[in-house]
Amino acid sequence: MNSFFKVSQRVRQLTITIASVLALGHASANEFTTELGFETQWFSKPPVHEEQTRHNASASLKLDYYHDWDDGNKRVAFTGFARIDANDSERTHGDIRELYYWQAFDNDIEIYAGIRHVFWGVTETRHLVDVINQTDAVENIDGEDKLGQPMVSLLMERDWGTLEAFALIGFRERTFAGIDGRLRPSLPINQDDALYQSSAEQEHIDWALRWSHVIGDWDVGLSHFSGTSRDPLFIPQIEPATGAITSLTPYYEQIEQTGLEVQATKGAMLWKLEAISIAHKDAGRNTAFVGGFEYTLYGIQDTAIDLGLLVEYQFDDRSGIRETTSQNDLALGMRYAFNDVAGTEVLAAMSIDLDDQSRFYSIEASRRINNDWSIAAEARIFSNTDTQSPAFALRDDDYLQIELTRFF
Amino acid sequence: MSLQQTKQTLLALGLITGSLMLSAYSVTAQAQSPQEKGLAIAIEADKRDTGFGDSTVDMEMVLRNQYGEETKRVMRNKTLEQDKDGDKALIVFDNPRDVKGTAFLSFTHKSGPDDQWLYLPALKRVKRIASSNKSGPFMGSEFAFEDISSQEVEKYTYTYLRDEVVNGENHFVIERDPVDPKSGYSKQVAWLDTKEYRVKKVDFYDRKGDLLKTLTVSGYQQYLDKFWRANTWEMINHQTGKATVLNFEQYQFNNGLNDRDFNKNSLARAK
Repeated sequence: MNSFFKVSQRVRQLTITIASVLALGHASANEFTTELGFETQWFSKPPVHEEQTRHNASASLKLDYYHDWDDGNKRVAFTGFARIDANDSERTHGDIRELYYWQAFDNDIEIYAGIRHVFWGVTETRHLVDVINQTDAVENIDGEDKLGQPMVSLLMERDWGTLEAFALIGFRERTFAGIDGRLRPSLPINQDDALYQSSAEQEHIDWALRWSHVIGDWDVGLSHFSGTSRDPLFIPQIEPATGAITSLTPYYEQIEQTGLEVQATKGAMLWKLEAISIAHKDAGRNTAFVGGFEYTLYGIQDTAIDLGLLVEYQFDDRSGIRETTSQNDLALGMRYAFNDVAGTEVLAAMSIDLDDQSRFYSIEASRRINNDWSIAAEARIFSNTDTQSPAFALRDDDYLQIELTRFF
Repeated sequence: MSLQQTKQTLLALGLITGSLMLSAYSVTAQAQSPQEKGLAIAIEADKRDTGFGDSTVDMEMVLRNQYGEETKRVMRNKTLEQDKDGDKALIVFDNPRDVKGTAFLSFTHKSGPDDQWLYLPALKRVKRIASSNKSGPFMGSEFAFEDISSQEVEKYTYTYLRDEVVNGENHFVIERDPVDPKSGYSKQVAWLDTKEYRVKKVDFYDRKGDLLKTLTVSGYQQYLDKFWRANTWEMINHQTGKATVLNFEQYQFNNGLNDRDFNKNSLARAK
C-alpha cells in the first residue's frame, strides 16, 4: 500500500480529530501536541529539468496524542503527519507515524501492537543499523524522517540486557520526489509500480531481533533483520524503440541483515561505530560500516558555548546496482550548542568522497523564538560531483531551507 | 620528644579524647579542626537526607534576564536513591514547546563523570551524551548541571568557617571546595541551619575567585516526618544580573520506583 493519501481528505480528518478531542475536554493538555510547519526552499541554481521549479514552499501538520492508564502500565499513542507542497504532488502526502497500544506485564515484559517508529543506532552522519522503519525520503534527503511501520513487538528487560523481537506486518514503500520536485534522480521514479523479490510483495512478514545493553561506559546493540529490504534498488525501464532509459522502477529485495552498534563514552570523547553485514537473497553478501568520534570542548573561550568536533568514516562495499553514496567517504562536522535561553544550535558538516572527490556541505541551525515558535534553517551544497556518482543528479540542487514551526 | 613535651602531648590528647567523648554526636566540639568539623557537618546533612527511597516532583524554572524579561521552563523530575552511589534522575520537559517530550536520564556517581542520556522525541532516539560538562548551564538558566545534580559528600572538601545568626536562626557557615577540577567554581560558601542541617544559602565563587552567584533556598517542608524539601531555589548571578527561580511543587515519595524506571527503555517511553 502506497503511503500516498489524498491530502485534503487527510487534513480534513486531522482537523476534525483535533477539534473533537479538544471539545471532549477530558484529555489533559499534556497529552496533546500539535505542530504546524511552514517551509520554504530556495535553490541557488536553475533546475536541471524543465518540470522542476526554482523555489518551493510547503506546509506541514503533525499531531501527537497519548494516553496512559492503569498506573502507567498501559498506553495508547498516535502521531499523524501531513504535508502540502506547492509544486510536487508526490511531496504532498500524509502518514500515520504511530498508532499503537502498549502494555507492561509483570516480570519486565512489554508488548507493542500497531504502527510505530523505532530508532536503532549511535552514529551521526549515516544510520546503517536503523532498519525497522522505511524512510520518508521525499521529506528530506538526509533520511531522518520515517514512515510508520505496523508491527507486533515483545520487549524483555533482564540483567544481561534488553531483548526486543519484532514481527513487521506489511511493508511501506519509500516515498520519492515526483518529476516536479527538486532533489530527485535524473530519471522519474515509478513509485506506484514497485517490484518485489518476494511473491508475497507487501504482505511479506519481516522479522527482527535486537539485544542491547549498557556496560559501564559502553552502550552496545546487536540486531538481526530478516525480510524485505527498506532500501530499493532501481531497475531501469528501457523504451524499446530507442533503447533509452526512460524511468526507474523501485525493486525491493529480500535480505538478512546483522547489525552491530557500539558507543564508548569516555568523558568528553564519544567513540561510535555501526556495522552491518547484509546477505542479499540470491546475490551474495556485503559489508558496510560507519565509525568515528565526537569530542566536545565545553565553554569555549570563556563563553557558555560548547563545540563538538565530529569525525566519521563511511565504508560500503555494495557496488553496481546496489552502490551507495557512502562507499569510501569521510565526514567532518562541528556542532555548536550555544546554551542560551533560545537553545541555539548550529551543525556544520562536510562529507568528502575519497574515491571521486565529490563534496557535500551542510549547515543546520535552529533556535527558539518564543514559547510557541521556533525556527530552523538548513543549507546543503553538492559540489564537484562526479558524473558517475549517484549524487550527480543533485549537482544543481544546492538549497537553503527555512522552516518556521508553531506549537500548540 | 622531651619528657615535658610528652606529658604535654598526652595531656592534650586526653583533653581531646575526653571532649570528643563528651560530645560524640555534637559537631560543636571545640577540638575538631575546621576541616574535620566542616566534613562532619556535611556528613550529618547527608545522613539526614538518606533513606528517602524515591521521589517525584514538578518543577517550574523562571529565567529572568537583566532587563526583567522572563522565560519559563516546566519539567517533571523522578529521583531514585542508590545504595552506594549518587542518585538516578529522569527529567521530562513539558515546556518550552519545542522541547516538549525531550527527556534526560542521569546516573550521578560519587566520583568520576555522570552517565547521561538524552531522548529526542522527533527521532525517537536515545543518545548517550558526554557528561563531563558540569559547569555548563542547564537549559540556558543560571543553574549549572553541577548545581542541580545530586550532591554527594565526596564531591567537595570542607572547612568550617563560623556560626552565624541569620533571620533569628543559627547557621553553620562552611566552605566547600569542589574536588573535580572541571567544576566551574573555585569554592562555595554554604549556610546550613544548625537545627535541621538544611542548606539555606550558597555563595558560588568562579575559577578566578570572584563571587559569581548566590543561591537562596526557602519554603522548606518536611515529608515522611524526616526529609526536608524546599519549594523555592533562587539563583542570582551577580556578574550578569540574570537570575533563575526554581519552584518545586507536589513532592511525592514512596512511588514504588526501581532501577527499571531509570534506564534507556523507560527513557524512550518518557512522555
